[in-house]
Formats: sequence, C-alpha cells, structure tokens
Amino acid sequence: MAEEKKEYWRWTESIWKNPDMNWKDAEYITAGIDVGSVSSQAVIMADGEIIAYSNTRTGSNSPDSARNALNLALEAMKGLPEQRFDYCVGTGYGRVNVPMADRSVTEIACHARGANFIYGPEVRTVLDVGGQDIKAIRCDEEGKVTNFLMNDKCAAGTGRGMEVFADLLGISINEVGERSLGVKEDPPPVSSTCVVYARSEATDLLRQGWTSEQVLAAYSRAMAERIFSLVERVGITPEFAVTGGIAKNRGIMDRLMPMVGLEPMKTEWDTQIAGAVGAALFGYTLWRKGKTK
Amino acid sequence: MLASYGYKDASGDFFITIDTEKCDGCGGCVTACPAGIFQIVDEDPNDPMREQPVAVVADHKKKKLKYECNPCKPSVERSPLPCVEACKVSAISHSW
Repeated sequence: MAEEKKEYWRWTESIWKNPDMNWKDAEYITAGIDVGSVSSQAVIMADGEIIAYSNTRTGSNSPDSARNALNLALEAMKGLPEQRFDYCVGTGYGRVNVPMADRSVTEIACHARGANFIYGPEVRTVLDVGGQDIKAIRCDEEGKVTNFLMNDKCAAGTGRGMEVFADLLGISINEVGERSLGVKEDPPPVSSTCVVYARSEATDLLRQGWTSEQVLAAYSRAMAERIFSLVERVGITPEFAVTGGIAKNRGIMDRLMPMVGLEPMKTEWDTQIAGAVGAALFGYTLWRKGKTK
Repeated sequence: MLASYGYKDASGDFFITIDTEKCDGCGGCVTACPAGIFQIVDEDPNDPMREQPVAVVADHKKKKLKYECNPCKPSVERSPLPCVEACKVSAISHSW
C-alpha cells in the first residue's frame, strides 16, 4: 500500500492583483523581488502603489526562484510585458543572484521601507522573523533605518524551526499557532531554541507522554523569548510591527507581545511581502532620482 | 544609523556596532584591525540613498567575530581594542 507523504510544513503560496488599477495608466512601473531562504516574493508597483504580488517557496537556486515569483506576479497582471519595467530591485539572501534586477538593496533597508508602506509611517520598530534569520530594525517616519541588528548566523527561533516542529508533530504549519494555545498553562520552555537540539528534546518529551500541544507551547515560548532578547537589544519604541511569516503565527505573537508590552500594528497586506514592497519602492525612488539627475 | 554586525548564539552576543552618523569612512579601522574584519564601501548597504563612504564589517567575517576578535580580547590586562582606538570619531563599539 502506497503511503501518502504529507508535507506539514508547506504553507499557502499566494498571488494577488489589484482589481482597481491598470498598469497601462502608470507612468513608472517598478518591481521588487525578495529571494529569502525559505520564501520568495515579487511585487509589481505602478507609481509607488502595489498592483500585483506573488508569494512562493524558494527553490534550490536563486535565479529560478526569482524568475518563478516574478512570472506568477506577471501572470496575474495579464499582458504586462517585462520590458515595461523601469527598474527592478533584488533583495534577500539571494539578492546578488537575481538576474533581472538592475541592482540589489539589503533586506534591512527594504524591510524598514516596506513596513513603513504596509503598516504606515507610525511604525518605529520592525521585527522581521524570516525563514532563517531574525532582523530587528528601528526606523524613522520615512522608513529610513536608524538602528538595526540581524542574526543571520543562527537559525534558532526562526520560521524554519517552526516548520521542523510542524513536520515532527504532524500538524499543518497553518495550525501550529492555534494548537500551541490549546494548553491550560504554558509548560517550561524547551532549554534550547537551536533547531537541532530542540527537535531532539521535543522527541524526548513526546516519549515521556507530553501532548503535541504541550510540546508546541514549550517550543513557541522558547522561540518568543529568543526573539524578544534580540529586539530588546535594538530597543523598542512604539509603534511596533512584525513582518514575515511569524506575524501569522498566533502561538508566537500571543507569547511575544506581552513581553514587548505593546499592541502589534495590524495590516491588510500579506506580512511576508514587506521586503519585496520595500525593494519595489526603492526601485521607484532610485529610478526617479536617476531621471532628474 | 547604528549598524550592528554579528550574531547571538548559544555562547553569547557578538555584535560590533558602527555609528554611521559618526563614521566618515577614513579607513583607520581597516588598517588597525589585525584580523582585517573591516572594509570601506562607497555606499552604505543599508541606506541606498546615502552616497558617502562608510565602514562595514566584511561579509565573510561577520559570522566569525567571536574567533576573529578573540586575540584582541585577553581575559586579563585588556588594553584598548585597536579598532576602537583607531577610530578618531568613536564610532565603533563592541557588545562583549
């Protein structure tokens, strides 16, 4: 009997287009492509407003992932030729390897700028929990970075860790947050957030009779503490916003925010596109700046 | 901008912070550092709109700071760090 192989970590990819805007009316069209370690996004902007985006999983190489993300966003636009792009900016882990980009900008700059756009100019502290790193950024009202820290050496407390736990426990990544909140009281956090150690510790806890919910709660708590220690280092000033996939995980957010002591800002946009939005905005600014020179 | 380069791992926090408002890109730190962890770039990578030279921690050194900086940080009789001393505008600080 063939056994169905389930991929619990697999999150929902998405494509979106703005139904109220026509690219033909736009003066400048710019694109931002964020090739992250786990996910890739492409955002197409017309005169600084989002007209389409895609959010997909990163494959084994950056150029293909960038191409795939951009094609999906272009497909949504129906008929927008790529030659029409005035400027294209690449960002994220794979930014130096985005062949269609006119230049690359670091993800730190792009996330601050993108958060400023999707959350509004009140945002001062941006926390981005990516697939394999954590970025804590403080910025001014224009989305310009004033203070930042990026932990990109150690994947402890990042999105990938959550995916590993989803797989270990056989719970879909979309449900881990809710399920971790199903405990009456949080058990003590796992002693290490290091993905490798935490996984073996969790296996041990399961053998001792812990429920999946308890294990998830213990890991989510440890992850929230780890994330908080990094944000604390750059300092927290209101308003506080979270970007990246973890913003969608209530299990982490509900544990993290009481430590921060603030209400997180809310947005209608997909939190994972912040980096690509920032990249497209930089494209818009850089292109216009080049024009007036 | 306070640019922190480095990482936090199970053994501690290892960040070097460069205040880009103070840094004038003179390059004193580049020659002073025996491990060669600094470099001067023409444009701040985290602020694409600014076009003045600035010091950054080189990409390939960023994840090894604990080891690269170790020889300058003896546990006793610690003299001033060469990079901190070389920076005339006091833009460099270490977290550990």
